[in-house]
Amino acid sequence: MLVTRPAIVSALPKARSGIRGLDEITGGGLPRGRPTLVCGGAGAGKTLFAVEFLVRGIEMGEPGVFIAFEETAEELAQNVASLGFDLERLAARKKLLVDFVRIERAEIEETGEYDLEGLFVRLGHAIDTVSAKRVVLDTIESLFAGLSNANVLRAELRRLFRWLKARRVTAVVTAERGTGSLTRQGLEEYVSDCVILLDHRVTDQVSTRRLRVVKYRGSAHGTNEYPFLVDDSGFSVLPITSLGMQHRASAERVSSGIPRLDTMLGGGYFRGSTVLVSGTPGSGKTSVAARFVQAACERGERCLFFAFEESPQQLARNMGSIGMDLGRWRKRGMLRLESARPAVYGLETHLAFMHRTIREFEPAAVLVDPITDFTDSLADSKAMLTRLIDFLKTEGITAVFTSLTAAGTSLEQSEAGVSSLIDTWIVLRDLEREGRRHRALCVLKSRGMAHSHDIREFRITSRGIEIGEDQPGVAVPPPEARIGKRPRVRARKGAM
Amino acid sequence: MTVPKRPGRKSVLRAVAASLEAAERWELRLYVAGHTPKSLAALANLKKICETHLQGKYSIEVIDLLVTPELARADQIVAVPTLVRRLPPPVKRIIGDLSNKERTLVGMELVPQP
Repeated sequence: MLVTRPAIVSALPKARSGIRGLDEITGGGLPRGRPTLVCGGAGAGKTLFAVEFLVRGIEMGEPGVFIAFEETAEELAQNVASLGFDLERLAARKKLLVDFVRIERAEIEETGEYDLEGLFVRLGHAIDTVSAKRVVLDTIESLFAGLSNANVLRAELRRLFRWLKARRVTAVVTAERGTGSLTRQGLEEYVSDCVILLDHRVTDQVSTRRLRVVKYRGSAHGTNEYPFLVDDSGFSVLPITSLGMQHRASAERVSSGIPRLDTMLGGGYFRGSTVLVSGTPGSGKTSVAARFVQAACERGERCLFFAFEESPQQLARNMGSIGMDLGRWRKRGMLRLESARPAVYGLETHLAFMHRTIREFEPAAVLVDPITDFTDSLADSKAMLTRLIDFLKTEGITAVFTSLTAAGTSLEQSEAGVSSLIDTWIVLRDLEREGRRHRALCVLKSRGMAHSHDIREFRITSRGIEIGEDQPGVAVPPPEARIGKRPRVRARKGAM
Repeated sequence: MTVPKRPGRKSVLRAVAASLEAAERWELRLYVAGHTPKSLAALANLKKICETHLQGKYSIEVIDLLVTPELARADQIVAVPTLVRRLPPPVKRIIGDLSNKERTLVGMELVPQP
């Protein structure tokens, strides 16, 4: 997928939503002093979006009013407490006013003409009470369930949106997704400035949340669907191109854990860089990557190992068989192993989980084994990896990812999506020659270092990983131009 | 051992009479927002109904939300005019200008549900 950064030039005043990632997509936030419609199905995250919009606003010095049509102030406070929002405290400080509007159709008799001036009075009084700059109406369509005169409601809602504009409050109005239209009651007709669609869909039994800016009058905006996640620090949209590219680049080298590989790289990986170890099945990816983890632990650095194929016990046993005692580092608290099946959670949940674990453990190095399990749809996983790598780089954490190249597929094809994100790329291959399988390793690319272009044979033994001499004693069939620019091959006589 | 004294016939009668009297006291509130044609119509319609059906045992309090906006939230008012029957219990709400007399009577439970 193309990665583009929308050129955003705008004269429209904007209010920063404070929601991570959203302000980048919208070029600065929501239209200031105007209503924005946020629509989505049940459980799409509308209320959370609205709450975070208010809470972040308060943090930026803009008090807010939340008109809740579906839950009481207590319920709302409870529901968002797990996301780190303390609404009761904000209300006590008079920065936030939550008003629950309760309409029970069964308790109300309608006779003759009426209007919704009561709601206007309520809203106006609430705004005045806390000097609100931001207003949320969640979910205003509930009025249609409570009152029967749809004509009156439509006329009054139209008036409400005009009124909100006249009051110059930045408003978020949430609405249920309709079939065939953005909202069930066609509210998008009334809100002409900005419409945001939230989506929560399940593909292959895995759920992913997405956000799309459907419309933003008078402003350029990113038009893609952006995955977003909801974790214990709130809402965050993952703009694919949000990389500020502000991370520091360290010149310090850290050992890969394999001395000869360090030599090939001219001294090891850069600290804080991103390393990809890719290869066909059984080519030794996990072993090569795990060596790095062990070396880091030996240096006294904490490591986090995300294993998506093996359980911690299984890993410890398998690595033990090649001379690595991961259990010892785990016991000392230097190493943390986290295992999970990639299919269990959706993309966002994985990201959230990884972010949280990394924040908690504060490791110097992270290993993800393998990333391939997420790459069912490339665009998604790239967004996720970009986000993850950005985060790791900002934190100065050295990251090693392994990636499985399916036999028979082109290297470029399977890894094209992530190549641009990777600093050092090590390719492992399995070669058959004279009735035996040989493992070979080469450095496909390594940014900012003069690295070897050799294809070296290596062995995995009970003592660890041993890479062959400078010039391979064995003839390696050239994997064409795919691997390295100048594959050094001395002989082809062995190719039977 | 002392056996609680059974209430006498007279006190029981007094209690029943009191509750009947309470049930017969009608406390009504009409919420409006300014003197609009709708609010004036609602008040006129309400007075007519009360004089016909509840003469001498009702009170009407008109609350103008433009004067006391905080009551809109406190009393859960969305639409105006809203008539709230506070007594006798349970609380009943009728919105609109009360121009439909039959529905108003049903809403106030002055006549049984059709």
